[in-house]
Amino acid sequence: MTTHRDQKFLMSNPELSHQFETLDQQAEASSLGMWVFLVTEALFFGGLFLLYTIYRLKFPEIFMECSKLMDLRLGAINTGILLTSSLTMVFAVHSSEKAEKNSTVIWILVTMLLGIAFLSIKGFEYHQKVTEHLVPGPTFQLDSMHYREAQIFFSLYFAMTGLHALHMIVGLGVLAVIAAMASAGRFTRTYSNPVHIVGLYWHFIDIIWIFLFPLLYLIGNR
Amino acid sequence: MEHEPMTKFAYFKIYLLLMALLALTVGAVYVNLGPWNSLVAMAIAIAKALLVFLFFMHARYSARLIWIYAALAVIWIAQLIAGVLADVTMRG
Repeated sequence: MTTHRDQKFLMSNPELSHQFETLDQQAEASSLGMWVFLVTEALFFGGLFLLYTIYRLKFPEIFMECSKLMDLRLGAINTGILLTSSLTMVFAVHSSEKAEKNSTVIWILVTMLLGIAFLSIKGFEYHQKVTEHLVPGPTFQLDSMHYREAQIFFSLYFAMTGLHALHMIVGLGVLAVIAAMASAGRFTRTYSNPVHIVGLYWHFIDIIWIFLFPLLYLIGNR
Repeated sequence: MEHEPMTKFAYFKIYLLLMALLALTVGAVYVNLGPWNSLVAMAIAIAKALLVFLFFMHARYSARLIWIYAALAVIWIAQLIAGVLADVTMRG
């Protein structure tokens, strides 16, 4: 250990923050930090998953009826877009670890474009729900005797997909930051932690959507 | 730590598997399986989440400590839901 410390003072590696002994330790600390954050994020969404579970058990038929009002085609396309963006994200991480500056930047930008495509389709779906009078509140209209309970489903739909979309917008922001860092040549073969941890965050958002899709679009059969 | 032995092609194969699972879960909606429809949809979602977790998030090649944290997320959500449902479902 002292040898590492001596080396650190002798060479003062600019990639190594002073509180760490080695680059590996630094990389592990940054990953673990992101994982701890993701655990809190999982519990943040967990509250909504809990509410969803309670009301779905209370009104199973109404949830099934409402799920059929979702645009399955757009939901499936968006799931495909998000899965593809996870692939382009791992390509960005892969390229950054090899210090391939241009391909790192390109894959991050492709990931961002896919994220924007997802949000655009989500926005279009929200617009559809507005024109179909499916937004909970005084304008809500549904030819069903359960229109009050149906509003619970749509409230959860907007809360869950809205919180998810908010996370994607934050994701686009941090992707823009690492794209700028990458194009400034900040990443090397020994240091690419920021790309790695932004990747973890992006995949986490993907996993949340992987569960939202069946819970909202795929109840029962059509 | 992140000595990931995966190639771009290996990632692409995982991606193809994810897209196949997506096609499967959408296709299953058009088959009447009764209460099994929701179980199949959730089982496929768990499979997809595991693929993303293990390979895209590099969990497979990560330290044990990271596995402990990831497991905590699952355990705490399960505990949250199970604990509250134990009350909600037992009310008269």
